[in-house]
Amino acid sequence: MAQRPISVVRIAAPLRTFAQRFAFVLLLGAAITIMIVGRTDPAVFDRTRMTVTDFFAPLLSAIAQPVATGAQIVSDVEAMFDLRAENERLRLENQRLLAWQSAARVMQAENTQLRKLLAYDPQDAATFTTARIVGDRGGAFLRSLLISEGTRAGIAKGQAAVTGEGLLGRVASVGERSARILQITDLNSRIPVVVEETRERAVLAGDNSADPKLVFFSANAFLKEGQRVVTSGHGDVFPPGIPVGIIQSVGENGVRVRPFATSDRLEFVRLVDYGKTGILKQEITAQ
Amino acid sequence: MTILQRLDFLSRLCLPVGLTLVLVLLSVTPLHAPGFTAISPMLVLASLHYWAIYRPQVMPIYLVFVIGLFEDILTGGPSGLNALIYLVSYGLVAGQRRFLLARSFGIVWWGFMILAAAVEGFRWIVISALGGLVVDPMPGLFSYFASVAIYPVLTLLFAATHRLLPQPNEGVA
Repeated sequence: MAQRPISVVRIAAPLRTFAQRFAFVLLLGAAITIMIVGRTDPAVFDRTRMTVTDFFAPLLSAIAQPVATGAQIVSDVEAMFDLRAENERLRLENQRLLAWQSAARVMQAENTQLRKLLAYDPQDAATFTTARIVGDRGGAFLRSLLISEGTRAGIAKGQAAVTGEGLLGRVASVGERSARILQITDLNSRIPVVVEETRERAVLAGDNSADPKLVFFSANAFLKEGQRVVTSGHGDVFPPGIPVGIIQSVGENGVRVRPFATSDRLEFVRLVDYGKTGILKQEITAQ
Repeated sequence: MTILQRLDFLSRLCLPVGLTLVLVLLSVTPLHAPGFTAISPMLVLASLHYWAIYRPQVMPIYLVFVIGLFEDILTGGPSGLNALIYLVSYGLVAGQRRFLLARSFGIVWWGFMILAAAVEGFRWIVISALGGLVVDPMPGLFSYFASVAIYPVLTLLFAATHRLLPQPNEGVA
């Protein structure tokens, strides 16, 4: 009788090791299969992914809020130290903006008159939705954001995500109460843009660096640092004229654009619905 | 054992997996610190590394797989990538557990440094290959150093959790 436990262990232990090895290989195979299928046909997992993010969005939102409050306190304390300099900067900026305001008023009046003359019917009636960013650090090599609003709030695939400064990205996939935004800096992002000054068309291609690259512009294009880049409206994805960024460098490394909008300190993002679907009917996600 | 004792026992057994799932959620939470969006320490990898060495029984491999998939979904990265990385890492570390168990914290930390370097390097290669261009490796490097630096702090957390776990010979398991 004293021998029995030992003999059971003798048989059971190798069996268990075998079962564990088998399960390990099986799971490894499953992971590789998921990678290959997810790569060849991203739509297969899109629904599952959004169901899971839908389920966890409220929880992530609950975690994100106190963290945001903490970060706000830190930045408030930081701001207190350079109140004087900040005040001076704002005073100067205010002066400049007042000049711009009067210029804008004149132009707006002129624009209204011209529109009346032409009987112009503006078609870009936009609606806005604001959503909290609940996930932003997808690892070192991913540039997408998770937000806590979805189809229920009227968010749809292809909508532009903007901040006060400019274009941040676009909605890549959407669930019932969560959605994923592909930032313009992500290596999968391609946005048709135009250089505001010269009306030179190009495509803004992200490559995961902070400054995405301008590609597909004509060889004799006159591009120089400091020129503003805005969306062109080609491909019928975004309306023309959303500010994107400023040309940062022109050189061997290509033409780099510094985006106006960064997600660093961003807590909320605005989704703009212009009623355009354009070329984004098919799946283009970060996979 | 009474039902309450059993519940208490089971809930304590689930602590490591629960903690790792919380770390998945934390690793995507926005920090709102400028320049930090690209730096994401590998919290989950640290957790799997710890449990693979000190208590593999409480972290079955199918849950390692599920945790990896969960992170893939929340981060929006290529499906299955983290599941694959975590499975292989867990298998490798669990294979060295007899060696690592008897060693000091320094050696374990050093082991984590090698593992994390391999993981971040592999991630960089896969993302570059999938994207069809050479991605800037610097964010990966920063994440790597952040992971290595935070590992001792996380170990304290894991060790505290470890003390709450039932002993291997205690109860029904």
